[in-house]
Amino acid sequence: MSSVEERVKKLIVEQLGVNESEVTPEASFVDDLGADSLDTVELVMALEEEFETEIPDEDAENITTVQEAIDYVLKSVDD
Amino acid sequence: MQGRRVVITGLGLLCPVGNTIGEGWAAIVAGKSGAAPITAFDASAHRVNFAAMVKGFDVAEHMDAKEARRLDSFVQYGCVAADQAISDAGISTDGIDPARIGVALGSGIGGIGTITQNAILLGEKGPRRVSPFFVPSSIINMVSGNVSISHGFAGPNIALATACTTGAHSIGLAARMVQYGEADVMVAGGSEASISELTLAGFASMKALSMRNDDPEGASRPWDVDRDGFVLGDGAGVMVLEELEHAKARNAHIYGEIKGFGMSADAFHVTQPQEGGKGAAAAMKNALDDAGIAPDEIQYINAHGTSTPLGDVAETDAIKAVFGEGTRIPVSSTKSMIGHLLGASGAVEAIITLLAIRDHVAPPTINLHQPDDGCDLDYVPHESRQMRIDCALTNSFGFGGTNGTLILGRV
Repeated sequence: MSSVEERVKKLIVEQLGVNESEVTPEASFVDDLGADSLDTVELVMALEEEFETEIPDEDAENITTVQEAIDYVLKSVDD
Repeated sequence: MQGRRVVITGLGLLCPVGNTIGEGWAAIVAGKSGAAPITAFDASAHRVNFAAMVKGFDVAEHMDAKEARRLDSFVQYGCVAADQAISDAGISTDGIDPARIGVALGSGIGGIGTITQNAILLGEKGPRRVSPFFVPSSIINMVSGNVSISHGFAGPNIALATACTTGAHSIGLAARMVQYGEADVMVAGGSEASISELTLAGFASMKALSMRNDDPEGASRPWDVDRDGFVLGDGAGVMVLEELEHAKARNAHIYGEIKGFGMSADAFHVTQPQEGGKGAAAAMKNALDDAGIAPDEIQYINAHGTSTPLGDVAETDAIKAVFGEGTRIPVSSTKSMIGHLLGASGAVEAIITLLAIRDHVAPPTINLHQPDDGCDLDYVPHESRQMRIDCALTNSFGFGGTNGTLILGRV
């Protein structure tokens, strides 16, 4: 079973059509990975599907980088 | 046509018998059918389980995976055909004011596959699973929108949705925009990707489709006594329209000219044609008046000819009303080969009509073995015919009783 970090990175690669090497922890979806507002919504939906969780809209707004996505998933899995 | 003259300087085609102008036109002249059993989904529970699909289309050859994922097939088809036409015409914003280049690419149905998928997600997983790309992937004007974005064309940007007349109306009205001076170049046509479970079921429920499941290639048989409905088709047709002097000034290759355009409504019934084809005749007459020519100057007609029992008779009657009871003008239906591309059909058939003029060849009506009673025109059965064609007419009629006729000719 892959780690949360690996699964999140794989999703980002698939959803945003970027290379794995670009998906660094500090990379911003919009500024570094070429996402627009619709891509970020879809990415959050993909995270919800993958980790069988629900991410409220106000939390989703704060997920803007790779590390923030990983941290959010780890926190919600812990909860 | 009044005002500035409008010529065609670029063509793009994606259809059930070919994914380029060269491939598609060669197959049409050869009388090849594009109908086949549906494999994209399990159609075994449907009344009809065949259609005329686009074949061998690999979207990855045309755009990256991320872009492709957010565009319904009708948008992909339209963008690819538009790219072909734009490249053929050699137009770009390098040398032409972007504000003088517009786009008018419509669709009859729009992104029905995407709409269906999201409706299923809504039902099965709830509203939070509806894609943020659902709306911008499926609404009708997204071909026009995406073409303007990828090429930087900042002129008029519209998308008509007049059912099966969409393609003809788009070209006719885009030509008017060039005549009127709103643009010097218009990228115009139609696109459709409606071969989906929902559409197939809907048209089959109407009894509009041929049920000849055991013989897809023989199913579209306009004017034949055994015809039983149309064959659903997918694809896109795009023309680059350009003001004559503008085209000459840049030494563009000129295929021909939009000579006339006419419209009308049956004002009769949402799906049935009017007996006698009064509305259809009015569209043809309006186009002839617009072109300022007499009926006997038309040398070939590319008919709407869908292979429906009522429609084929009404169009025959309408042609007789305009061209004379005993007219021997060659009339063919290329839908016998490519099926009915709905909102793309008028544009694809305008391209076919233009190539018929270019090559002096009338494409055939295949599968016409025994003409029905009252269907006694020269339908160019079975094989294409080499003949002089300098000026030709093409008809489109749509649900809602909306009609459009284009007249094309040599410059």
